[in-house]
Amino acid sequence: MQIYLPIADQPVNILLILAMGLAVGFISGMFGIGGGFLMTPLLIFLGISPAVSVASVTGHIAASSMSGAISYWRRRTIDLALALMLLAGGIIGTAVGVWLFTFLRKVGQLDITIGVAYVLLLTVVGALMVAESLRAILRAQKGKPVELRRPGSHLWIHGLPIKLRFKRSRIYVSVIPVWSIGFIIGFFGALMGIGGGFLLVPMLIYLLRVPTATVIGTSMVLTLLTMASATVMHAATNHLVDAVLALILMIGGVAGAQFGARAGQKMRGERLRLLLGLLVLAVGIRFALTLVLPPENIYSIRVLGGEG
Amino acid sequence: MKPALWGVLPLTLATLAASAIPVSAERLVTSLSEYQVKIASNFVGQNLVLFGGIEADGAGQAQRSGYDIVATVTGPAQSLITFRKRRALGIWVNAEAREFEDAPAYLAFLSNRPLTAIVNHETLLRLQLGLENYPLPERSQTGSSEDSDEPFRVALIRLRREQGLYREESNAVTFLTPRLFRAFVPLPADVPVGNYLVDVRLFADGAQIARAAAPFEVAKEGVEQIVTSAAREHGVLYGLAVVTMALLTGWFASIVFRRD
Repeated sequence: MQIYLPIADQPVNILLILAMGLAVGFISGMFGIGGGFLMTPLLIFLGISPAVSVASVTGHIAASSMSGAISYWRRRTIDLALALMLLAGGIIGTAVGVWLFTFLRKVGQLDITIGVAYVLLLTVVGALMVAESLRAILRAQKGKPVELRRPGSHLWIHGLPIKLRFKRSRIYVSVIPVWSIGFIIGFFGALMGIGGGFLLVPMLIYLLRVPTATVIGTSMVLTLLTMASATVMHAATNHLVDAVLALILMIGGVAGAQFGARAGQKMRGERLRLLLGLLVLAVGIRFALTLVLPPENIYSIRVLGGEG
Repeated sequence: MKPALWGVLPLTLATLAASAIPVSAERLVTSLSEYQVKIASNFVGQNLVLFGGIEADGAGQAQRSGYDIVATVTGPAQSLITFRKRRALGIWVNAEAREFEDAPAYLAFLSNRPLTAIVNHETLLRLQLGLENYPLPERSQTGSSEDSDEPFRVALIRLRREQGLYREESNAVTFLTPRLFRAFVPLPADVPVGNYLVDVRLFADGAQIARAAAPFEVAKEGVEQIVTSAAREHGVLYGLAVVTMALLTGWFASIVFRRD
């Protein structure tokens, strides 16, 4: 069943897109992430231009993090104050990301930048996650109690000024790292079409010492807010958000996320992290191959002022 | 009559006057199956049908060995950039670019037999018939300028051919009777919107003896049209609408799948 996408200017199989939404939604629900880092590459491999993919996926992530955020809200595991502080940096990061996106598109280097950013971010983060979860699994097998890693009880981050107390998370930290983390997430989110949940959760745990109880819910709220603003900014500057594509993705995504969340609860935390790490790593390597291997076509064309 | 047709008319007269063959007795009459191609949400491409007849004009009929038809279909003009990748620091990046101005978004040469069999090469060049002979004016270049531009032009044509937007089909025109012909104008699913022109030339004995033109339009319709114009003209509102849609979808899902 084909449907014509008004902004991407091409027909796609609606069932295929729906199935992709379901599959990515399942994974995102299982790991408590947005799943943008999977969805954007999938759309690109499907032949949709990277620019339209990135811009449309932001809307899709907003939807899936909305449904996640509501269920965490009901369980009262969201640190709203922390989320809003992160957002302050996130909005600026998003604006800078959208600006860079627009600029790179103009000079014809957007696709390559998205590619390189994916490779660097995904291989590094994926490798770290795999290493960390393998260590945790080995430790559990040796019979030692699984302890939450808290490297060096005092990081330099905790010496920074302008400290604030976040009651729900029971932490007392400087706003400088909070804003910086928000900025980084917003920036990469807008540039690469990712929610950044897989980046944000480890950063909150290891850098800010946010307890696991509030980390996922808070991350979801931040993802929701940054992705919602990224959608509006992309729509206002590049006019590349495909509402039809985004809607199909959203429907598949939110449904899949519910089943994923149930599956995720049955698995052990470190196994889950290992799987996610392998997944992140695999996508990164796939991107690396397309950059390093000689391309099938060394020429490419782009319509000026049209679709990217 | 559309303005595009008026533009072709003086040309036709001029060509007729300049023709080496005595002013011919033939007149070309053409018609398209549709003058407006609508892109709705179920659009997957379409074949337009071009019908044409060769009318004898007056009594003095020249003896012809046979007629040939070449139809040139051109879409709206676009500026295109062709990039060439080069290996830098181990990865492939777009290193060089050539910008082509006023390249047609769609370009098809439809004929009843190979163009080179219809007229000689000089005439093809002069009449700009065939993808090889169609001028693609170039604007600027970036990157190293030592290389010739020809590879970029060739790559542009090849890539557009692969997309089905540039075509040269020597069996697209069928003569139903010696004086009546039909041609399919294949429009792929990602055909660009805009104004198109079908320029039909009648050849006999290696010379052009008549010419006619028929314009048509490709436009989005219904939801497709609304979404496109909203995205272009009201970007912020459109973005807010997509966000609202996202929030509602997420909220709806959390109700439908609520477990507690």
